[in-house]
Amino acid sequence: MEENLKRTPLFEMHLKHGARMVPFGGWEMPVQYTGVIEEHKAVREQAGLFDVSHMGEFEVKGPQALDLIQLVSVNNASKLAVGQIQYSLMCYENGTVVDDILVYRLGENHYWLVVNAGNIDKDWDWITYCKERAGLTNLELTNISHEIGQVAIQGPLAAKILQPLVPNVVLDELKFYWAKTGVSVAGIRVPVLSRTGYTGEDGFEIYCKQEDAVAIWEALLEAGEDDGLVPAGLGARDTLRFEAKLPLYGHEINDLVTPLEAGLGFAVKLKKGTDFIGRAALEAQKANGLEKKLVGFEMIDRGIPRQGYEIAKDGTVVGSVTTGTMSPTLGKNIGLGYVPVALSELGTEFDVIIRGKAVKAKVVETPFYQPRYYR
Amino acid sequence: MANVPAGLRYSKEHEWIKVEGNVGTIGITDFAQHQLGDVVFVELPPVGRVLKAHEQFGVVESVKTVSDLYTPVAGKVVAVNEALEGAPETVNTSAYEDGWIVKIELSNPGDLDALLDAAAYEAHIKED
Repeated sequence: MEENLKRTPLFEMHLKHGARMVPFGGWEMPVQYTGVIEEHKAVREQAGLFDVSHMGEFEVKGPQALDLIQLVSVNNASKLAVGQIQYSLMCYENGTVVDDILVYRLGENHYWLVVNAGNIDKDWDWITYCKERAGLTNLELTNISHEIGQVAIQGPLAAKILQPLVPNVVLDELKFYWAKTGVSVAGIRVPVLSRTGYTGEDGFEIYCKQEDAVAIWEALLEAGEDDGLVPAGLGARDTLRFEAKLPLYGHEINDLVTPLEAGLGFAVKLKKGTDFIGRAALEAQKANGLEKKLVGFEMIDRGIPRQGYEIAKDGTVVGSVTTGTMSPTLGKNIGLGYVPVALSELGTEFDVIIRGKAVKAKVVETPFYQPRYYR
Repeated sequence: MANVPAGLRYSKEHEWIKVEGNVGTIGITDFAQHQLGDVVFVELPPVGRVLKAHEQFGVVESVKTVSDLYTPVAGKVVAVNEALEGAPETVNTSAYEDGWIVKIELSNPGDLDALLDAAAYEAHIKED
């Protein structure tokens, strides 16, 4: 294992459950316990438990908290009610992606930004730079990533399993992309409980103090034993999010593509009323039309597409694959990739270059798996 | 612990070979299939292809990874396990039997001398 990898508070739990540990975004994380396909299917059919303590959290508080978020985030955070959550992205001036984030509105002038583990330092530098450049002083910005652990329970049985552990919350009343603060889980007070996730299933994310992560993890596993709850690793997390076409930084999004090209235009609010970083570039791109676009495709001939493989049409390279695998739910070899807009229509055929051979694929509808959220 | 049957020869790249007459049956070891995880794709060479020792002849893919297959011995491919095209997971469930990958007619039986026996391979995977 590489040196200097960080460990989450659940590291010992992963070893106890026989996980295979791998480096991910600077962290030593469980890629699988019993097997990716088995864990994937458990989440689709019952429930899985994920350690996502590596994710980063920035707290933004004070009278100018919203001003800072509106400046760095492409979505419109002024629409958020207290307790509501929003998917968004941070962009550079040229419209390419710094990171994708969740914006939690936890109080009147109180927000959390949840960022990708591998981007915590970069995002922190970016936000503090933007804050200073804009002269926003009437707010408190704190990186609380090292204090917060996070456990995600995902799957159709997640609510059933979690409910007895949160007797003071009626989970039926907590809808998708809403959060509660000051809740106790298994008798342990946690900062935030939200109905969110990264699997395309119903589920919850429990943000806890680092020192409470083990107790919460064990309480959930015990509560879910009879319902088939199993620990699930990053391998299953990746195949689950991929089937639901949830983007992953470093794959579908990075500092070379814009949210519009990535099919995330729904989160870009050009007319939100305040200027934001990247707005002018994104407005121009929208006006001029896109050159490339993220599409989902299915292999027609035998072969598995993988990140970085070239996409070709009539012998000319026209794009590349961002994620690909054998889909455990569909049993098909599928991928996501960037292609010229002219090749993005459903049914369009192109080749994926696999080990030097052109292997036929066609554009299909996405998401590959229709998410089942509780709205 | 990984299963390492006696009587087979092993490469450091985690292939096994079982020789009968002048034909060697080749697959990947139990250790290798466990490291890979769920096998979802196997790319087989054409029958008749002539391979040098240690030449890459195919690919085995799990959900997460792509791994090259190398022949431990020189020779001609005389059979491939076509059943793996429809049921690649057999490599996981039966690494040394139904999960065999190719059969090669040895052109230089001396190649076998360079391979590990079960005890040496077991020691090798402990170092890994």
